[in-house]
Amino acid sequence: RISNVLVCNVTDRVSFWFVVTDSSKNVTTVPGSEVEAAIRMNRNRINSAFLLSDKTLQFLKITSTLSPPVEPSTPVWLIVFGVVLCLIVAGIVFLVVAGIQQRKKKNKESTERENLEEKGEVTGTLENGIPCEALDLKAGHINGVFAADDERFTSL
Amino acid sequence: DGRPKWDNKFQYILSCIGFAVGLGNVWRFPYLCQIHGGGAFLFIALLFEGIPLLHLELALGQCLRKGSIGAWNTISPYLGGVGVGSWMVSVLVSLYYNTVLTWVMWYFINSFQEPLPWSVCPLNENRTGLNEECYKSTAVNYFWYRKTLNITPDVTESGTLQWWLILCLATCWAIVYLCTIRGIETTGKAIYVTAIFPYLVLTIFLIHGLTLPGATDGLAYLFTPNLNTLKNPQVWLDAATQIFFSLSLAFGGLIAFSSYNPPKNDCEKDAVTVAIVNSVTSLYASIPVFSVLGFKATTGYWDCLDRNIISIINEFDLPEESIMRQNYTAWLTFLNSSYPEKIAGLKLKSCDLQEFLDQSVSGTGLAFIIFTQAIILMPGSQAWAILFFTMLFCLGLSSMFGNIEGVFTPLLELRIIPKSIPKELLSGIICLICFLVALCFTLGSGSYWIDVFDSYAGSLPLLVLAFFEVIGVAYVYKIERFSKDVKWMTGRKPNLYWQITWKFISPLLLLIVFVAFVTLQIQKPPSYAAWNPKYEGFPMKEEKVYPPWVLAICVLLVLLPSVFIPLVALFHLIKQTCGSKD
Repeated sequence: RISNVLVCNVTDRVSFWFVVTDSSKNVTTVPGSEVEAAIRMNRNRINSAFLLSDKTLQFLKITSTLSPPVEPSTPVWLIVFGVVLCLIVAGIVFLVVAGIQQRKKKNKESTERENLEEKGEVTGTLENGIPCEALDLKAGHINGVFAADDERFTSL
Repeated sequence: DGRPKWDNKFQYILSCIGFAVGLGNVWRFPYLCQIHGGGAFLFIALLFEGIPLLHLELALGQCLRKGSIGAWNTISPYLGGVGVGSWMVSVLVSLYYNTVLTWVMWYFINSFQEPLPWSVCPLNENRTGLNEECYKSTAVNYFWYRKTLNITPDVTESGTLQWWLILCLATCWAIVYLCTIRGIETTGKAIYVTAIFPYLVLTIFLIHGLTLPGATDGLAYLFTPNLNTLKNPQVWLDAATQIFFSLSLAFGGLIAFSSYNPPKNDCEKDAVTVAIVNSVTSLYASIPVFSVLGFKATTGYWDCLDRNIISIINEFDLPEESIMRQNYTAWLTFLNSSYPEKIAGLKLKSCDLQEFLDQSVSGTGLAFIIFTQAIILMPGSQAWAILFFTMLFCLGLSSMFGNIEGVFTPLLELRIIPKSIPKELLSGIICLICFLVALCFTLGSGSYWIDVFDSYAGSLPLLVLAFFEVIGVAYVYKIERFSKDVKWMTGRKPNLYWQITWKFISPLLLLIVFVAFVTLQIQKPPSYAAWNPKYEGFPMKEEKVYPPWVLAICVLLVLLPSVFIPLVALFHLIKQTCGSKD
């Protein structure tokens, strides 16, 4: 309905004044404060109707309310922190347990060696793995390799 | 002989490099380079102060095969205090250094969100605008000072313990415990990751940084030498102290590391290698840092221009895109000559790229405020943030290994710990005690205390200890004896350069630096910059003076390590005189 649009003061930029009428209440104009409140709430819809944004469509004297930043229910950093902490605790537990096991193994090895030495004395004396009864300790043997060369020994 | 040893030489070198290369290489060196225009003077400080002391410490540890306390007791019982002092410094630094890593960890675990939490301001209570503190400063500042530190306006107001920081602190100490649980057996494995990973990330940032717009401006700014600054003695002082702290000398950690070496090892080559790698890393790190800073300055400059352009276009009802960044100045001069009152009424901010580049910060400000702001501007910011904070964490962690080793090794050798206590338990006790003490850094005023510790415990005592180290080896142990020991280890006698620096140049330089440091400190009362939202000049920080009891603590921090040197010497002197009397 073209009768609702009036062209007046031409400006360099596209600008318009508007009044909002309520057709259900006998074509009276809606007071300015209500219009302002309505624009504030629906700024997004008005902007997208014109394919514009808050920066390119300006309502004089109406500052845009800002949308709060999206906040997830659990802060993200707490989740990341939990992951990092679990990894570290796992690492510490692993190293401590490994250290304790290593220490136990070392203790067991040293006690085993002691037991082995004791066992050696009980079953009969071993001389380089050869049981001593087999060696003829009383008689003694002459080792032919060394005894042959008399000249090599220095004379006293 | 039962003493643990490195799996291979590479592990040892990597540990020394990891200890030396720390957070300071990334956030202090580029700042110094920028402030003082180029780093030529750093090279001189390195040559005459850094390398000789490094060689001294590595040779000492390798020769005597003991930690710092045992080593200095062997050199001379009168010098035992130097070892105790080094141990004390390592303890104090371990306490606060891990809290810095806590902040890094907090940022790391917050980097997994979309959008990044430091990129948007939260809303105020009635949702009509942004939170006031955040709006007046920037979102990045708000996240750092309020959401992370929850900082109090004054160092005397302690505030409450921040539970999220306590969680992160516990995690950090758990990680340190995990890696140092069996001494160098476990740190030797961990160091492969923590020492090499930062170089990978620096390379990635280097490549990406050079592709960003404005990177060349940043780099040109970094590398233009400013010869006027060389006349300022503060410049030389900063250079000397930077080299010194950068190489982590006088902590006792290097002595501990080299004590696990086989005795016949070329410590001279190791010292030169570590020093060169440390300096090259600093230079290498400054390139991506400055590319990113240049990018940030350029983006800030463009934002400033864009805001002005919008105001002008709105005021004069000009069509869109009539004023671009390139012809902005031409348009501005034209409009200013035709309609000066209108332009004046707009209250345009003057946009100057140089001013944006000049906004340089060092330390935590560089990483947590400036760099995070730059990361928001990059596409794929979560990935960049995760990479950046992991790199910072690895850098700090490898330095922590050296600190903890400097505490751990002397304790193992002192016979006060019974042999039945396993190593795992001892390192656990150390980490637990440090964690409990470090809880006071998670208070609201924690970051002020960390600055106190950093400025007083981590600076002057090291100079004192290093001075006595060089004097002790050169004049008490005698340089000829030391040269013979080094010859036995490396196969060749230390040449004239080493002899001269050990005997004369390094002690003299250290003395000069120490005196200059003290004179500059006492010239003005120590002050700090407090973040006070109620300050008129907010968001600028408020300059406040430390109250007397805080100053007393500062003095205590300086004296605590240093006082052991005369105390132990006195103790032995008394024992000697009593013994000779009997």
